[in-house]
Amino acid sequence: MSTTPKAPKAQESYRPPSSELRGGPASGRMPGGFGMPAEKSKDFKSSARRLVQRLRPERLLVLTVLGFGVISVVCGVIGPKILGHATDIIFRGVRSKQGVDFAALRRTIAQAVVLFVASSVLAYLQSFLLAGAVQRTMRKMRSDVEDKLNRLPLPYVDRQPRGDLLSRVTNDIDNIAQSLQQTLSQLLISIMTLVGVVIMMVIISPLLALVAIITVPLSIFIMRGIAARSRERFKAQWKHTGMLNAQVEEAFTGHAIVKAFGRHAEVEERFRQKNEELYEASFWAQFISGIIQPSMMFLGNLNYVAIAVIGGLRVAAGAISLGDVQAFISYSRQFTQPLTQVASMMNVLQSGIASAERVFHLLDAEDQTTEEHALTSDEPHGRVEFSNVSFAYNPDRPLIQDLSLVAQPGQTIAIVGPTGAGKTTLVNLIMRFYEVDAGTITLDGVDIATLPRAALRSNVGMVLQDTWLFKGTIRQNIAYGNLDATDEQIKAAAKATYVDRFVHSLPDGYDTIIDDEGGTISAGEKQLLTIARAFLSDPAMLILDEATSSVDTRTEILIRRAMTALRSERTSFVIAHRLSTIRDADLILVMEAGQIVEQGNHDQLLAADGAYATLYNAQFTNASASDE
Amino acid sequence: MLAGVVGLQFVQTVAALYLPRLFANIIDKGVAKGNNRYVWTTGSVMLVIALVQVVFAIGAVYYGSRAAMGFGRDVRGALFHQVGAFSAREVGELGAPSLITRITNDVQQVQMLVLMTCTLLVAAPITAVGGIIMALRVDTGLSSILLVSIPALAIGIGIVISRMVPQFRLMQDRIDAVNRVLREQITGMRVVRAFVREPHETRRFAKVNQDVTETSLRAGRLMAFFFPIVIMVLNVSSAAVLWFGGSRVDKGTLTVGSMIAFLSYLSQILISVMQATFMAVMIPRAAVCAERIQEVLDTVPSVTTATNPVRELVCRSSLELRAASFQYPGAETAVLEGITVRCHAGETTAIIGSTGSGKTTLLGLIPRLFDVTDGAVLMNDVDIREVDPDVLRARIGLVPQKPYLFSGTVATNLRYGKPDATDDELWEALTVAQAADFVRALPDQLDSTILQGGSNVSGGQRQRLAIARALVRRPEIYLFDDSFSALDLVTDANLRAALKPYTANAAVLIVAQRISTIRTAEQILVLEDGRTVGLGTHEELLRDCPTYGEIAASQATESTAA
Repeated sequence: MSTTPKAPKAQESYRPPSSELRGGPASGRMPGGFGMPAEKSKDFKSSARRLVQRLRPERLLVLTVLGFGVISVVCGVIGPKILGHATDIIFRGVRSKQGVDFAALRRTIAQAVVLFVASSVLAYLQSFLLAGAVQRTMRKMRSDVEDKLNRLPLPYVDRQPRGDLLSRVTNDIDNIAQSLQQTLSQLLISIMTLVGVVIMMVIISPLLALVAIITVPLSIFIMRGIAARSRERFKAQWKHTGMLNAQVEEAFTGHAIVKAFGRHAEVEERFRQKNEELYEASFWAQFISGIIQPSMMFLGNLNYVAIAVIGGLRVAAGAISLGDVQAFISYSRQFTQPLTQVASMMNVLQSGIASAERVFHLLDAEDQTTEEHALTSDEPHGRVEFSNVSFAYNPDRPLIQDLSLVAQPGQTIAIVGPTGAGKTTLVNLIMRFYEVDAGTITLDGVDIATLPRAALRSNVGMVLQDTWLFKGTIRQNIAYGNLDATDEQIKAAAKATYVDRFVHSLPDGYDTIIDDEGGTISAGEKQLLTIARAFLSDPAMLILDEATSSVDTRTEILIRRAMTALRSERTSFVIAHRLSTIRDADLILVMEAGQIVEQGNHDQLLAADGAYATLYNAQFTNASASDE
Repeated sequence: MLAGVVGLQFVQTVAALYLPRLFANIIDKGVAKGNNRYVWTTGSVMLVIALVQVVFAIGAVYYGSRAAMGFGRDVRGALFHQVGAFSAREVGELGAPSLITRITNDVQQVQMLVLMTCTLLVAAPITAVGGIIMALRVDTGLSSILLVSIPALAIGIGIVISRMVPQFRLMQDRIDAVNRVLREQITGMRVVRAFVREPHETRRFAKVNQDVTETSLRAGRLMAFFFPIVIMVLNVSSAAVLWFGGSRVDKGTLTVGSMIAFLSYLSQILISVMQATFMAVMIPRAAVCAERIQEVLDTVPSVTTATNPVRELVCRSSLELRAASFQYPGAETAVLEGITVRCHAGETTAIIGSTGSGKTTLLGLIPRLFDVTDGAVLMNDVDIREVDPDVLRARIGLVPQKPYLFSGTVATNLRYGKPDATDDELWEALTVAQAADFVRALPDQLDSTILQGGSNVSGGQRQRLAIARALVRRPEIYLFDDSFSALDLVTDANLRAALKPYTANAAVLIVAQRISTIRTAEQILVLEDGRTVGLGTHEELLRDCPTYGEIAASQATESTAA
């Protein structure tokens, strides 16, 4: 799970365990809405308003959709009333013993059918058009988020858990799309139907309407009671599911350890307990939420009985017609159903708005600063100078203070030191991933803070310890260094960096599809690919983070050679992990706690017998021990 | 329990179907004849039936939830137990992430299907059949409307759903693609920016974004058919009932009340048909999950406990691999083939070779994470397959290549191999593992929280804690699987120096990448493609083993520096 590269500052520090536990919507959420503990948004209104505002480019369409919706509901609501007329015509015929007036009956039924068909067609058109509006809005939102990713300052990105950001741009956007689609089409229809039905009921019989409407507060009361109880139960269910899943993940991922340390029986017992707890929790959650449906049905039936009795008596008294009672029954069915729907939609809407709020929060994050000047040096020589640079990730803990150094064109500068000494920070500053707090860094005499970032970075090739490949062919991954490269150039870069050799052993050669997790190629081969990428981009300067801890030694030799090939004639900053690799560096900087404690070449530093000599000797303790 | 659910559902469905019949009576016998008393009494009967229905319906939900959740619990329990019996071989073949998905997500899916079955799927056919019977009793001729409506609805919904399912599947793929590109952009943010590839990434994203929009649009537009179809069929059928019913009432073969009851049956039948069709879509998806669950339950564990296991081993273990081989079933080549080596207490045996040469598998043979497929592993001349696994494993301290810590505290992790270890023992192990300093600096020292997998400590710290965890056990055999790679140079050297006296009486097996780490070992085993290509001391191997020579040469800069 820790394949994603970590923020540099977090590498050698213990993190208190609070921030990790929070995430976006649970991945196991049910689409229906009731199962999910509705995440409360902080400012429901303004987030909802912003979400609605995003629909503005589609406003003509949305208005059309609303129009269609209204007409469809009106047709749908009038239909039963007309069918009721048909019943009356039949009933009248039977009562008066004169026979049914078939001409009137057919006319009435034909009217009803026309209305029903019109209602359905319009309802279809309505959803059809709405789907377009929603999907286009979501496309825009996704591309806005993607755009934002390119403009976010790295300090902002590094400051939060990566999973959180990922969850925002993936789960949350999915969630918004789902709830928007569901609620916009159904919520509107449901509410309009509700209004239309109430109007019709009042027109037909205010008394029966009153009976039907009395059930509304009753059903809201019941729904609320059950929903509140079931929300608690669902929370418990998700909590226990989460705990059980964590336990499963741990037991299965650490399977070998559990076995080797003989803890299997205990682990299984713990699982049994948790499993039992989950069973109880999820039973109650399902049972209590499951009661809603029968309860609503019961209320519907109460309504039905009341209408049957009161309606029957009123018909007998001649106050209303039988057809109206029949229409009433069909209205009361249309009445309870949307009520239940509206209630469950509210939950979906809640969680959609909560997601929207998180996405808006991301979109609102401050962009990285834009450059005022557009100075570009046409042919960089690669002279880099740090003068009195200070920098801290956290203002309370200054890391780099008053650091100065000069790298002449073509020189190799090696940086060594223990983890956390600030080696990676230097990279962050040169690339302007982070901005210096004080002092300046110049490239060929120009302050890099005045250069457009793109201009600065296109002069620098970077190979990081955390290899990054995207899903695509090997060719595409190499070509990332220079999108205009010809096939020959790609092959040449691959040959120079020992990529060509292993690519030939792959069944599809350069067209083999790889991705970041892919098992087709080894960690070392991935590293070679990133070197080939930098080689192809042919930069004036290089930054190499040459960690090879998980690579077998023969591949490591290839990587080292490839890096050496890459370095020739270029100003290079090498973060060295094995001292043997940088003995020929022009300048070795030994860093400790953000300070350069020593600098010089290999022989000078060994002679000085300081920090470097200690590090160097430590690396070979074992080897020298064998000589005793 | 399922029979109970079916029984309860049966009663509540029959009750629901009986209500329209009573309403028909109210109209025909009460209203039409002006009998108000009849209206009241029948109304009370309806009320009672509505009550009976809700009680039975809630009962069905109760037992349905019990049955479905109990089913889920039992399947999870069986799966967990089964995986517990697996060796590293089966876990490796099925994959830990896949096993996790199966026991969590897949079980959940199947469990939801069982729940839906208990609550909806059981009721739907009963309602449909009951409704049809009631409709036939009202008027056989009029019921022929059902012959048109039911197929029209089922086929209409069926077509929409069957076209929607592939769209949804495609949509999932495309959402995955969008998420993949975004994930790549986030994890590779530094690289993207270093190469100034933001415009390129935006183009790449625009494409997947367009794809997902198109598919969602198609799915959404198909979905738009759904409710209009249902409502149209229902309403037009109702109109048809009045159309044809009118003339039957006129002829006196049908009462008006029965006709209205018929309308209710019609909607009850059609709604249950809709539910059943809808449910039918869930079944194939759950079936896939069920298959994946079954696959785990059908996998036979390859490491089993002997029937009469040896429960005692003489101390001072000696360990021997005798022509040990390991091969995955169906694999073309063996991971390990004919490895023979003896390891003695107080000596270090190092294993070296390139990635994929079988080093980790070899270590796994000793605590029986894998069992040899040929040859044998012996401890004090007893085949370890005859030994009680717990007795065997109690003598072994394993430090895996990827150090894995459990959620809990530093102390619970360290005591993992020895629950009764004292704090002093823990500190001693931490000191040897060069972890005492950083643990002391933690806010709660030994009681500091460790997150699952050890994700809140750095790689190097995790590795040192994993080493300490093995040391606390004071085992007779230590297995270090490339355990020093994440440590910086000074720490690495200090740790190995401290380790020597601590492990003086134990047999130590070290897998390593670097010659400098292992050149003092009493014997070095050189592996290549699962075969022994050299066994001896550093000097002997330099002389006799070309592979070892190559490895040494590749690290020459370091060796000569010594």
